[in-house]
Amino acid sequence: MTVPVTRKDLMIVNMGPHHPSMHGVLRLILTLDGEDVIDCEPILGYLHRGMEKNSGKPNNSTISTYVTRWDYLATMFTEAITVNAPEKLENVQVPQRASYIRVIMLELSRIASHLLWLGPFMADIGAQTPFFYIFRERELIYNLFEAATGMRMMHNYFRIGGVAADLPYGWIEKCFDFCDYFLTGVVEYQKLITRNPIFLERVEGVGIIGGEEAVNWGLSGPMLRASGIQWDLRKVDNYECYNEFDWEIQWQKEGDSLARYLVRIGEMKESIKMIQQALEGIPGGPYENLEVRRFDRAKNSEWNDFAYRFISKKPSPNFELSKQELYARVEAPKGELGIYLIGDNSVFPWRWKIRPPGFINLQILPELVKRMKLADIMTILGSIDIIMGEVDR
Amino acid sequence: MIIDTTEVQTINSFSTSGFFKEVYGLIWIIPILTLILEITIGVLVIVWLEREISAAIQQRIGPEYAGPLGILQAIADGTKLLLKEDLLPSRGDIRLFSVGPSIAVISVLLSYLVIPFGYRLVLADLGIGVFLWIAISSIAPIGLLMSGYGSNNKYSFSGGLRAAAQSISYEIPLTLCVLSISLTCDSSSTVDIVEAQSKYGFWGWNLWRQPIGFLVFLISSLAECERLPFDLPEAEEELVAGYQTEYSGIKYALFYLASYLNLLVSSLFVTVLYLGGWNFSIPYIPIPELFRINQMAGIFGMTIDIFITLAKAYLFLFISITTRWTLPRMRIDQLLNLGWKFLLPISLGNLLLTTSSQLVSL
Repeated sequence: MTVPVTRKDLMIVNMGPHHPSMHGVLRLILTLDGEDVIDCEPILGYLHRGMEKNSGKPNNSTISTYVTRWDYLATMFTEAITVNAPEKLENVQVPQRASYIRVIMLELSRIASHLLWLGPFMADIGAQTPFFYIFRERELIYNLFEAATGMRMMHNYFRIGGVAADLPYGWIEKCFDFCDYFLTGVVEYQKLITRNPIFLERVEGVGIIGGEEAVNWGLSGPMLRASGIQWDLRKVDNYECYNEFDWEIQWQKEGDSLARYLVRIGEMKESIKMIQQALEGIPGGPYENLEVRRFDRAKNSEWNDFAYRFISKKPSPNFELSKQELYARVEAPKGELGIYLIGDNSVFPWRWKIRPPGFINLQILPELVKRMKLADIMTILGSIDIIMGEVDR
Repeated sequence: MIIDTTEVQTINSFSTSGFFKEVYGLIWIIPILTLILEITIGVLVIVWLEREISAAIQQRIGPEYAGPLGILQAIADGTKLLLKEDLLPSRGDIRLFSVGPSIAVISVLLSYLVIPFGYRLVLADLGIGVFLWIAISSIAPIGLLMSGYGSNNKYSFSGGLRAAAQSISYEIPLTLCVLSISLTCDSSSTVDIVEAQSKYGFWGWNLWRQPIGFLVFLISSLAECERLPFDLPEAEEELVAGYQTEYSGIKYALFYLASYLNLLVSSLFVTVLYLGGWNFSIPYIPIPELFRINQMAGIFGMTIDIFITLAKAYLFLFISITTRWTLPRMRIDQLLNLGWKFLLPISLGNLLLTTSSQLVSL
């Protein structure tokens, strides 16, 4: 009697664009051998909205409604890069007060983005409670943003030459209170998560990227810094006024998911330090004091100087871009966000190429999951920190 | 229930008149029905508890619209699930698909036979006692495998396999801990085990005689109930809902019910085996003397016993619910490592210690 030979094929599973994990519409076709992953093929494009083409049409000042939808969790960065590119092209000067306000907003947005990375990352690993805790802190940041810009998430705040409006009364004090409160929150996360043995088992040694490999793949942001390379655009490029603050690059050596987690937590703490320094050193101080000082003197007071304004000169709707090309970049929380701009001597640019950090960082995913278990895919995907809005554009 | 001789004589006097022979036959169903009613209510209470405790941990409020304080929320959920359409996968194995959840529930329900709520409040005081629970709960993985395979879905299949592997791995440390308890108390009958813990009040608990066994039992029973940190079979982010993916309506409700019934029976077994069952456990208080006056009525004493058992079971329930919402999930290979390479040697060592201490004391 012959026993039928069982075929030993590999199982192909589709983690479809809809799944309860909170990474957006990413489709993964996995080839599994039991629990081990043999191959992984990501399929993108489910959130493609034609952002680059749409940017050709609207005016440079009205484009802000589009750009915040690229990376909808760290919206200030997309706005920052949108105004930085034409500013560099046309050599527009930004007042120092505006630069400080921009830095405060950018760092707050960085904290918000890292918080909303932490929640789903822990939820994928299985701990569902930090998801609620991060929203508690993120609500406070939303409140600050709403007071200053009018919108909780999709602020239309940055303008070419500065920001749209100055900070309201009492905002700086509220921000100080937030900084103090947030430091206790980060300590809470450390106690709950960082020394938890189950968490460490899930995350340590998972998805290791070497330093040279990271540079070869073109990674940026915390993924690069977790592999031992101390590259932070805020120190390299010295844009805005980052060189006036006292802060350090957060980096780790191992290159596994735990290192990326530690880098992001460290970045949150450094951001708080930067915000506190910026709040103390902002030229002119809180707006209520600045206003009073302006009213105090009669004419030609120094408080009306260029350095104390929040915008250099309101750009006109016919702001023309000259026929040059350049590449501007910022250190977004997910990596290096860049715009390659080719001007056309008209209001609309000839080419507006977005370099999204998530798209480039996602390329390494198939390589990393090759010898891992099924449960590690979610850990690795979470630690890369992608957001489909900017991956697909 | 164990009915003592006076009641049997009363019933026998009924049986002489032929008409009541049928009623006599039916009386034996009443305690079973009572217990089923109790545990159904118990499940509803646990569901409400879980939602309230998890809400407190996550800094939000639990259910508050269905009934006062949301206590009718579980009934509302159950009714909704009853009224839903019962979907069957078109190319799955329908018979396996339908029978799977039932097997999981039946095996857990049968385990309630041997839990004592009081000296005479146990459905069946068997000689093998606790081992009935262990033997019957081993049938549950078959139900999970059937559900996973019959769903014609790769996610469910993986989930069913993982669930079966997990259940089997954690049964052995569980059994070894129970074996140590039986050795300590010289019997496997649950009533005898509780009686053996009644002498010194609080200090007579098996918890102090078997601390290592207690911890191993806690972890193993959490793993048997498939609660976090061991809930990989239904890990939402990876497998959607594991072996429960294709179920809807009453079959899904059966899985849900089986999960909470399992939790309740595990916590009751923790109280019976380690925390002293129905004993009042506060030593040197004259209140038991007061109760002895009323012991003729009996009912008051029995109510107190039930109440004490449930209060002690609540401790384990609280621990398991807070653990679920605090700790992350373990990966399947780490989970199996923990069961085979860590808990099994420790429980074997515990058994060795117990046997050697029994030898010494003899």
